[in-house]
Amino acid sequence: MMLLYNILIIIAVLLLTPIAVGLILGIDRKITAKCQSRKGPPLLQPFFDLFKLFGKEHVITNRWQYFCTYIYLVSAQLAIVLLFLGADLLLIFFVQASCAVFLVIGAMAVPSPYSQIGAHRELLQVLTYEPLLILIIIGIYMTTGSFMVDAVFAVNRPLLYDLPLMIVVLGYVLTIKLRKSPFDIASSHHAHQEIVRGVHTEFAGGNFGIVELAHWYEIGLALCLCMLFWATSIWGALAVLAIAFFLEILVDNISARMTWSWMLFHVWLVGFTLAAINLIWLYMR
Amino acid sequence: MDETVKNTKPQKRLKPSSDAFKQVREAKIGLIRKLIAKARIKSPWLLHFDCGSCNGCDIETLACLTPVYDIERFGIINVGNPKHADILLVTGTVNHRNKKVLKKLYDQMPDPKVVVAIGACALSGGIFRECDNVVGGVDRVIPVDVFVPGCPGKPEAIIDGVILGLQKFVQKQKGAKDGD
Ligand code: SF4
Repeated sequence: MMLLYNILIIIAVLLLTPIAVGLILGIDRKITAKCQSRKGPPLLQPFFDLFKLFGKEHVITNRWQYFCTYIYLVSAQLAIVLLFLGADLLLIFFVQASCAVFLVIGAMAVPSPYSQIGAHRELLQVLTYEPLLILIIIGIYMTTGSFMVDAVFAVNRPLLYDLPLMIVVLGYVLTIKLRKSPFDIASSHHAHQEIVRGVHTEFAGGNFGIVELAHWYEIGLALCLCMLFWATSIWGALAVLAIAFFLEILVDNISARMTWSWMLFHVWLVGFTLAAINLIWLYMR
Repeated sequence: MDETVKNTKPQKRLKPSSDAFKQVREAKIGLIRKLIAKARIKSPWLLHFDCGSCNGCDIETLACLTPVYDIERFGIINVGNPKHADILLVTGTVNHRNKKVLKKLYDQMPDPKVVVAIGACALSGGIFRECDNVVGGVDRVIPVDVFVPGCPGKPEAIIDGVILGLQKFVQKQKGAKDGD
């Protein structure tokens, strides 16, 4: 019975995540267009883009790209499935780290200098947010006494009360993950802002579709982590999600892309400070 | 008697060789094809290449991206990367220097793709036609699907040209299906 239940969860997560994330991205593009007093694309535009990419020729420069994109997709899916199965947060962290790295390896597998520079920048982004993510997970551990996701649901008090500064840190991670300004260093979420496409430059056609889909699962994971901060009620979780996402769009529209050194310095300075204050407060209580 | 009874029995599983199975499979493939064809029309990503234009046509092309014309409402995005593009917009004459670049950009775009030539120069060489190093219009180097006339082509005409290019996608797909 448990097995059947788990299989149902896995299927539901794999199917519903792209639908939900696609809709969220569609809303994002609509709101962004409205901010710039444009009409903007239809709500379903992200799905059109994805289906179109799947219908295109698979062009690869190097066979490793194939391997890396599929591993990227599978590990992104695995990470979010593990989250919904209530697994260990550290395990989820390592799986999602491996999925970020496989995108970089795929971009490095080709000699194109654009792709190489994009890959290096992506690595710097990974370097920037991974330590913060670990601190957030440690914060969750100090509140719930366990690394398991299930433990978050066991305490009947929203994590937000104990980790108010950690959600700000998670906001930084989310901005980097969503590839939004000012942290869209490796590749922008808006394709038209790019001269070339950074880490995505050498992924083409159907292969690029798979990279996009994997990225949707990654976004899904990051958004679910946000919702975990108010896991006690579905409305609270949705409110956290909505506020976080609205702030992301706002920041994206009012800021310009910065350099990687600024990102590393700023995010580490603010992120580590906030995380340390929060952790020390938890420890002293 | 036995025969008829056998035939009326509902078949639980379709055999891969049976006609019904083939029909179901065809229907599924048809549905996916339709979905992708629709998505293709709804999401054309452009690559703009200035092939030696006086910049008049380029300014008009980029004007389409401004909030006034807002081509993103058709799902159109101006990408800078041939590997992600569906439609190649070419402005200006082709000369012996840049014809290789043009050909390379075209070759790097994954199929299916459409080429839109913008302005008198891209159509025939325009006022630069008689120059020494000029090869002529874009169609001398790569196959062109839509010609947008004008010197320079108006933004409205360029948007019309792109939308016409989208219909070429449908035609190309039909052609491919008939060829199967
Ligand atoms: S068609 Fe006219 S505006 Fe366009 S590139 Fe040629 S000369 Fe310039």
